[in-house]
Amino acid sequence: MDAVKRYFRSPAAVAGLILLVIVIAMAISAGWFYPRDPLALAGRPLVWPFSNPRFLLGTDNSGRDIAAQIFYGARISLLIGGVATAIAILIGILVGAFAGYYGGWVDNVLMRITEAFQTLPNFVLLLVLVAVFGSTLTTVTIAVGVVSWPAPARLTRAEFLSLRNREFVQAGRTLGMKNIQLIFREILPNALPPVIVYASVVMAVAILLESALAFLRLSDPNVASWGNLIGLGRDVLRVQWYVSAIPGIAILVTVLAVSLVGQGLNDALNPRLKGR
Amino acid sequence: MRILSLAGRRLAASIPTLVLILIGVFLLLQFAPGDTVDAMMAQMGGGDAATAKELRKFYGLDLSIPAQLGNYLWRLVRLDLGFSSIYGKPVASVIIERLPPTILLMTASLSFAFFFGLLFGVIAARGVNRWPDTLISTLGLIFYATPSFWFGLMAIVVFSVYLQWLPPGGFEDIGTVRTGIWRMLDIASHLVLPTLTLGLIFLAIYLRIMRASMLEVLNLDYVRTARAKGLDETRVVTRHVLRNALLPMVTLIGLQAGTMLGGSVVVESVFSLPGLGRLAYESVVQRDLNTLLGIVFVSALLVISVNFVVDLIYARLDPRITAEG
Repeated sequence: MDAVKRYFRSPAAVAGLILLVIVIAMAISAGWFYPRDPLALAGRPLVWPFSNPRFLLGTDNSGRDIAAQIFYGARISLLIGGVATAIAILIGILVGAFAGYYGGWVDNVLMRITEAFQTLPNFVLLLVLVAVFGSTLTTVTIAVGVVSWPAPARLTRAEFLSLRNREFVQAGRTLGMKNIQLIFREILPNALPPVIVYASVVMAVAILLESALAFLRLSDPNVASWGNLIGLGRDVLRVQWYVSAIPGIAILVTVLAVSLVGQGLNDALNPRLKGR
Repeated sequence: MRILSLAGRRLAASIPTLVLILIGVFLLLQFAPGDTVDAMMAQMGGGDAATAKELRKFYGLDLSIPAQLGNYLWRLVRLDLGFSSIYGKPVASVIIERLPPTILLMTASLSFAFFFGLLFGVIAARGVNRWPDTLISTLGLIFYATPSFWFGLMAIVVFSVYLQWLPPGGFEDIGTVRTGIWRMLDIASHLVLPTLTLGLIFLAIYLRIMRASMLEVLNLDYVRTARAKGLDETRVVTRHVLRNALLPMVTLIGLQAGTMLGGSVVVESVFSLPGLGRLAYESVVQRDLNTLLGIVFVSALLVISVNFVVDLIYARLDPRITAEG
């Protein structure tokens, strides 16, 4: 439990955790505060924030409540960020584990594929995937996950390379354990901590990728997402800039919270590297 | 010469990667709803099935997928990227027209991020855990979390709408004809906001890496020796620490080249710059798959060439690399 204590000793990590809890609370309570559809018309269009108590954060170009969209947007961002990260980490662990454990031609083939994914700009690949498979919530989430796995794969591979010839693995081998057992039961639990910490970086990037896609109107238009709202606000940017400004701050706070928590975890788990 | 042959070998090793990408994306695009002929028919305002069949035959789209792939790769060898039915021009010339703004934007953003990342990283590391460090590190975290397109929009609101210092978008002023130095200045003023927007997140990454790598190197024995022989702190940093601390920064340029190109898709759309990124976006919206595939090829090529240059710089900074190779 030293790690927990170390985590709570860092003010930045605690601040990140508080922000993250607030965003999660917004996502959970969205239906409670705003029982109506956030994309339904609520009042006059382009009401400035704080000018009407019914719409605390004002309304957008077509008269939809911005505050409601922010609350429901938290759901979408966390959902896409979380699921896409899980997909990326899962693929990354599988590829990295097999490449690092077997070495030789398996490693060669898998690393060539990883390299191909890294050479192609991930946002361009994302555009290709959306062009081919369309932009529903499901396809966008999977697409974001599919473009984000190379870095976790390389990290897992590096861990496996350093662990695969340790004594506990050799002992397992002498006991007659199969390769699959060695990979998933013996080596993986030891290789996992840095990969899990890295997941925070993947999640931060995933949220940013999705919001950029939504801003370009290439993500699902039928859900209340922060990126969609920024894209809408662009049409009235010159005067009613708050329509774009407010959801942007929401994205900033969420990504900041995720990165702070990730960094806090990293420092708590590797105290020797603190401050680097 | 040794450096060149080493980097050349790395370059040769990236050819299979390039082929892999092309095959992968080509096969992926086969799943796309509608093909070039459908897009053309839509442009012409519809047509009968016989015309569509004839056109498909003309473009070789009636062949089996492996045969089409073979044809495509063979045309690529001759640097023929196919024909864009939307722009009515060969894809290669469409892309070449759009390349200069993107290259300019990427070079400017990279220089901005690298220079200020280096500067702030050094300042932060020199005053580690004191207020300059805390301030710079906090700003770095915030920049890292800022969505670039949002920063761009807010910059337009502040600098173009309220202060009216800088143009809100476009590559140059098309209202007046300018030549020589005035044209350059005009383009430069149009590129200030896009450069800041694209460079911001990389600035955050570079300053973080620079700070970490400075802290690492500052603890090494040879730095203590340099201090012990009486060099002042500025000399120690500029002459001894910097060169070694720069290595991770240079590696990062290569790793981030793709991310930067991806980021320019968004930034070019915000500032309506007629660049490669905007072309990628337009070709997705207009279902111009030939152009999209061409962009994939060119962007992979760009990333590979950036990495080639990075290899050269790396070998120059650290002679040990060539000595062992």
